[in-house]
Amino acid sequence: MLTRRRILAATLGGAVALAASSAFAQSPAPEKLPVVASFSILGDLARQVGGDRVAVTTLVGPGGDAHVFEPTPADAKALAAARLVLVNGLGFEGWMNRLVKASGTRAPVVVVTKGITPLAAPDEDDDHDHAHGKKGHDHDKKGRKPEHAHDHGAIDPHAWQSIANAKIYVDNIRDALAAADPAGREAFAANAAAYIARLDALDAEVRAAMAAIPEKQRAIITSHDAFGYFANAYGLKIIAPQGVSTESEASARDVARIIRQIKAAKIPAVFMENISDPRLLDRIAKETGARIGGELYSDALSDDKGPASTYIDMMRSNVRTLSSALSS
Amino acid sequence: MSLYDLLVAPFAEFEFMRRALVGVLALALGSGPLGVFLMLRRMSLTGDAMGHAILPGAAIGFLFAGLNLFAMTVGGLIAGLLVAVGAGVVARATRMKEDAALAAFYLVSLALGVLIVSVRGSNVDLLHVLFGTVLALDDATLLLIAGITTVTLIALAVLWRALVLECADPGFLASVSRMGSFSHIAFVALVVLNLVGAFHALGTLLAVGLMMLPAATARFFTRDLTAMVALATLVALASGMLGLLVSYHLGAPSGPSIILMAGLGYAGAVVTGPVGGLLSRRPPRRHLEA
Repeated sequence: MLTRRRILAATLGGAVALAASSAFAQSPAPEKLPVVASFSILGDLARQVGGDRVAVTTLVGPGGDAHVFEPTPADAKALAAARLVLVNGLGFEGWMNRLVKASGTRAPVVVVTKGITPLAAPDEDDDHDHAHGKKGHDHDKKGRKPEHAHDHGAIDPHAWQSIANAKIYVDNIRDALAAADPAGREAFAANAAAYIARLDALDAEVRAAMAAIPEKQRAIITSHDAFGYFANAYGLKIIAPQGVSTESEASARDVARIIRQIKAAKIPAVFMENISDPRLLDRIAKETGARIGGELYSDALSDDKGPASTYIDMMRSNVRTLSSALSS
Repeated sequence: MSLYDLLVAPFAEFEFMRRALVGVLALALGSGPLGVFLMLRRMSLTGDAMGHAILPGAAIGFLFAGLNLFAMTVGGLIAGLLVAVGAGVVARATRMKEDAALAAFYLVSLALGVLIVSVRGSNVDLLHVLFGTVLALDDATLLLIAGITTVTLIALAVLWRALVLECADPGFLASVSRMGSFSHIAFVALVVLNLVGAFHALGTLLAVGLMMLPAATARFFTRDLTAMVALATLVALASGMLGLLVSYHLGAPSGPSIILMAGLGYAGAVVTGPVGGLLSRRPPRRHLEA
């Protein structure tokens, strides 16, 4: 018969064995700098800047939604092994603080949106979820809070949708990598400079493509307000059937308002997104006669086979989709 | 704001409101009677368990075909029936009581469903599976719901006597007829069928609400079964329509609004219901004395 003591001893023994094996598993030192990025777009930027010197792990992979991500133990393990953690901040990853604490990582957590001008979240009524954006910044070393007071407390976190902001991301990533791996400072600076040159070219390309669309036509409706920065930078009007977070469920009033708006403003196209409920948009499109415009990528890259497997490809793909839907 | 603006205009102006209305009305017609029988057979929580049990089937359908109506419906049906039958078999073959077996089966089923949806990497998808979209009913979904309701009403008409007898005296039914076990299985199948239909409009979590709340409300107003079924259906119809209007005028999410309207009805019935409601149970007043 198993006594309580024997069970206890067996459990303890098992725990010791586990601890020993995991200590073994971690002992060979990796040659590349282990970096954890919170979501796929940030992961791509970190790879571009880090080049061969870093091994980037992303927590929310391609196609996933960082708003409602649920971390797994493997994610905590990746964090524990990391030497640098890159996060978007602005309340985008509400779960990050807890995960960082739980993983016990010593790696510095760097907020890459440091230095951008945040936009207010574009929702009117119900700002549910990004309220915790305000509290989510104590990991930021300089203690900088988004200096932005004239809104209702909600800040749009999707800053990467403007290429000018992406350049700030790249600067921040370069500095963070150099601080974590001083020997690679020059390599990182060179990579960053080359990448920023590509971003500048991309920016010009996007502006030219948007300018080609007749100004009246530059309005879209999409199921997730992730394009505020894009709209702001490149002159596009956005209407969304949901609040800023994908978590809130649309009400009949919201849908009715949007349908009226599309009909009144004669908005030509409704856009699907890779992460939100397509059934609702289908219905709106049918009811208004607007065209369904194709897939825009907002919070996540596509997988390697998709048209948006890197940040630059993503922006190109979005602009191509937009102009083909709007300029006809 | 005139009464017309309040009650009719939303449906007159918007097609999606009309579709939502037709959808919830059809659901109410089937769910009302089923809820009454579930309640009278003390299976109120069984409905809830079945509602969760269909998740993994819908999730597998979703995994293979995305938000595809057919795949999710068939998957949900299979999973719901498997859980119902599995729990029944365990309850008959072992010493475990049926409620415990059902609890075990549906919890495993629910966990499996969450796991399967998460494998695809996105949790938003899971939310769409858990909470349906009554505002986005397309033709195929409406036809499915209407079809399910038709089948349900016909089947209820055929099974009516057996169901009533089994509520009242299952031992007697078993002694005079072999309909007992057949009608039980058919009844459980109907419940699963209706939950799968409601699942597209309201989601797995709320689908049961339209079944149980109107039935529980009607129970406070009458002892007569036919009247109870009629009243439960009426309450379900009314809460469907009022819920949509609340969602339209106040901007609340539609699914929860519909169920909360039914909940309000239930709360009112608990207090004022003439059959066993709180107020009806006051001690009788004393007779006038000289």
